Amino acid sequence: MTFEWIQVPYALATLFIILNYGLLMTAVVRKLAARVGGRPGIPVWQNYIDLVKNFALRSKINHGVMYYLGPVFRLSGGIGLILFVPTIYGSSWAQNFSFAGDLVLALYFIFFGTLGMALGAGESGHPHSAIGVSRGLAQVTTAELPMALAVYSLAIQYQTLSITEIVAAQQGGLFNWTLFTNPLAVVAAMFAFVGTMMRSPFDVVLAPQEIPIGPPTEYHSAYLALMQTNRAIFPIAKTIIYMNLFFGGAANWAEFAIKVFLLYMIPAVIGVVHPRFRVEQSIRFFLKWGLPVGILAILTV
Amino acid sequence: MKDVDDKFLKNLDRTVPLREELRPRKVTTPDGQEIEIEPLKDYFCEAAPKVHAKSYFPIVEDFYNWARANSLWILGFGTGCGAIEMRPLMTPRFDAYRYGIQWRPTPRQSNLLMISGYLSVKTLKRAIRAYEQMQGPKYVVGLGSCTINGGMYWDSYNTIKRLDQYLPVDLYIAGCMPRPEALLAGFMELKKLIKAGKCEGANKYAENFATYKANQKSVIKDWDMPDYNW
Repeated sequence: MTFEWIQVPYALATLFIILNYGLLMTAVVRKLAARVGGRPGIPVWQNYIDLVKNFALRSKINHGVMYYLGPVFRLSGGIGLILFVPTIYGSSWAQNFSFAGDLVLALYFIFFGTLGMALGAGESGHPHSAIGVSRGLAQVTTAELPMALAVYSLAIQYQTLSITEIVAAQQGGLFNWTLFTNPLAVVAAMFAFVGTMMRSPFDVVLAPQEIPIGPPTEYHSAYLALMQTNRAIFPIAKTIIYMNLFFGGAANWAEFAIKVFLLYMIPAVIGVVHPRFRVEQSIRFFLKWGLPVGILAILTV
Repeated sequence: MKDVDDKFLKNLDRTVPLREELRPRKVTTPDGQEIEIEPLKDYFCEAAPKVHAKSYFPIVEDFYNWARANSLWILGFGTGCGAIEMRPLMTPRFDAYRYGIQWRPTPRQSNLLMISGYLSVKTLKRAIRAYEQMQGPKYVVGLGSCTINGGMYWDSYNTIKRLDQYLPVDLYIAGCMPRPEALLAGFMELKKLIKAGKCEGANKYAENFATYKANQKSVIKDWDMPDYNW
């Protein structure tokens, strides 16, 4: 990987586009979920207003250093994921800082935010935070198993750990996508995708009616605003990885917008029609259905 | 309590014994170590509320107030019968979400405390704790005639009559009970007040802290928490 200074403003521009896309799209998805319930739902610009409002709160309280760093880690998990993954295939400026082994780094960054959040929420001292974090870590760990197996399967299939090369191998037509060349890996990875998008039936981490909202119970004002920013960026970043690995990547921003939206709609649609799993049910689900498919993907590649 | 306005004060000079589990004591840990714990200091912050200044530039404060008005996060704290009138606002018929009004499950993230109906003395204690845990600027809306003058509970031995003696109220919505339409109209009125910069309840609470505390302590018989919760 060669580094040039011009990459820094390019990467920031990509980040800016993805942030705005994420804020708008999560609002649209919430609106769609509201329409399923027969409500008009929030305005599409509501996320921006909420962000400004939270930054504008006058009083803040702090529970300690890790409480302060929790949202920072969470946000750096989301931003790091964006910065080290090529967003648009073939684009001269939306390549960010991708390099030969970025697939392994991306796997790490997906988990990074959850761990940072666990430390931060733990220090806030609220019992609901501790419950939410322990549930979250247990669930994410099992949900990541099929994802990791699918990624190894891909690494064996394409003989590379570079996301750019994996995308390059899928160019030249619909049937070159991993979706058709290695369907078992895609199915295994989609288990992880639905499981880690914080939507029903796998939203027991936040569980709004049960343990008020889990890890962020004590978070407010600017801390919460940082986490809201991450909630706009992180799902998009994760969807970009899935798009790159399994669905042929995107050659321009329009293709990017459509593919990310459609992929994001999968957990959203599943979410509006399914009730919530308890944590032991979701762990059992991933181990029973996700894990065997992942192992099959490794065996048959 | 010399700094308290006499007209505003319900005086009762008495001391409340602290609940047993809140008293300082020595505890032996499972590994044989002896530690001293003082629940009121370990679990609560003792710092009194502060008056927070507005933004230096009026245009910035106006922008913030616009954002605050359009992003009202309500603490879902149902005290009396009015709680039932809030539910239709979340459902298809009235849907308050389209006006930027959302319900949050934790006081930390909420800006708007709805006192929905009569407050028994027992509930007042919880309402005060919830209010003090909210981050400023924060707003209080009293719902129904019970919060204005006691309503049908005016001679009850166990409910408070005027809410604004205990918490700084920004807006009352009259009625017994006000219908969801009245609530929506009230929210719109609150938005106007916030945009005009007239909702400084958190600062008012901090400025008149001694008065509010004296009033609260005069009705709450078992005051066993610190004066300010966070």
